[in-house]
Amino acid sequence: MPTPAEFYQRDRDWHPPANTPVYKTSVTRSPQYALLSLQQSVSEITGPTFGHNDIDPMDRDLIHNYAKDGSSAIGERIILHGRVLDENARPIPNTLVEIWQANAGGRYRHKKDTYLAPIDPNFGGCGRTLTDENGYYFFRTVKPGAYPWRNYVNSWRPAHIHMSIFGTAFCQRLITQCYFEGDPLIEKCPIVNTIPGLPAQAQLVAALDMNASVPLDSIAYKFDVVLRGRRATLFENRL
Amino acid sequence: MVQKLDYLKETPSQTAGPYVHIGLAPGAAGFDIYRQELGWDIAGPNARGERIRVEGIVIDATGSPIKDVMLEAWQANSEGVYAHPESPGEVEEGFRGWGRVITDFETGEWGFDTVKPGPVPARAEMGRSVRPAAEEELVDTYGRGHAGLRQMAPHINLWIVARGINIGLNTRIYFDDEAEANAKDPVINLIEWERRRRTLIAKRTMRDGMPVYRFDIKLQGEDETVFFDI
Ligand SMILES: [Fe+3]
Repeated sequence: MPTPAEFYQRDRDWHPPANTPVYKTSVTRSPQYALLSLQQSVSEITGPTFGHNDIDPMDRDLIHNYAKDGSSAIGERIILHGRVLDENARPIPNTLVEIWQANAGGRYRHKKDTYLAPIDPNFGGCGRTLTDENGYYFFRTVKPGAYPWRNYVNSWRPAHIHMSIFGTAFCQRLITQCYFEGDPLIEKCPIVNTIPGLPAQAQLVAALDMNASVPLDSIAYKFDVVLRGRRATLFENRL
Repeated sequence: MVQKLDYLKETPSQTAGPYVHIGLAPGAAGFDIYRQELGWDIAGPNARGERIRVEGIVIDATGSPIKDVMLEAWQANSEGVYAHPESPGEVEEGFRGWGRVITDFETGEWGFDTVKPGPVPARAEMGRSVRPAAEEELVDTYGRGHAGLRQMAPHINLWIVARGINIGLNTRIYFDDEAEANAKDPVINLIEWERRRRTLIAKRTMRDGMPVYRFDIKLQGEDETVFFDI
């Protein structure tokens, strides 16, 4: 067994802080005390593993995974694809990626969503897949619509897909959101603006990828995810 | 000028939002889509050890329960082994040690069934930092030294996301019937304020013959839960 080593510390200046008044809900849900920095032990460098028994291949196709036979979801057909890497640019294979999103009209299939845009009977709004041996993943879905929400009186979320990623260790656990190149709502979004700095915000914008688009079928967007990297065991950084 | 370090930057976190259930617990959002949802069975049918239930609520700065939280648990089995190749030892067939729960939309209560985890090896450096210097000794990778294994008290690692939480919060559930082990736990001992240590200790009661641990989490305000930067 290789000697366990720790993961690089999180760059907290790159992530949104807990309390971001621009996103009002964060104000009462943000810890005020400093986080207690913990050097990692076996509790943090391990994490759950998933396999092909846990999911079905169809789970990654949101156009069809909730549609009646012969039907498909309404909207602009897209492929969302990319790689899950660590900070050392090494691919992370066999890791679980889960997504959820509104339909093409901006409406979620959720009993708490009351937006007046219609539910699409053929669209559930969630998908999941495992990265392959090269850390690569893809989903087939429809481009989600923008939707209004109660932050300011007239706040609109840019089109986005929520994404949950595991990695190999519990300390790599991450939930984020993927936006789409060219959307004018991105820079106005209070949730995007919880992230300090344009370079970090830009990391959440998927690029239009004509090379991966399928002629007469789907437009592609590429979205790479980076999880925390790990020290080399070379320097005896042993747990 | 200087060479550029070629590390990538970690993808920034964003809130899970109010509709996290659609992706991670669609049954709760009100629809059935997957053959099986993940994270409902933490310990599996073959796990040895004591069967327990853990329950609580997550409370915001106003003292109100939060009704759209998702929590994930990560724990060792009753012998202190995580279901992961880097945790020495074996786990029972079907033991994953990972669970996912959401809060009730009306009450904010959450709860999961599992087995009580065993003590797990401590990090060597952590073990040293809480011992008197005179006891200094060589320890190996897993915290074993001449005086035996350095251990952390039984605990469940917890990760909390919700609308309004910009980056997932990490904490640990310890158990109040492990007072002796808790007193020696290197992580609890990192917390300078004894009063704050209590926020990590779940309280045991019995219900219908089953141990139930209560673990309420306060995100902000008086008795704010200790959260870790791991
Ligand atoms: Fe959303």
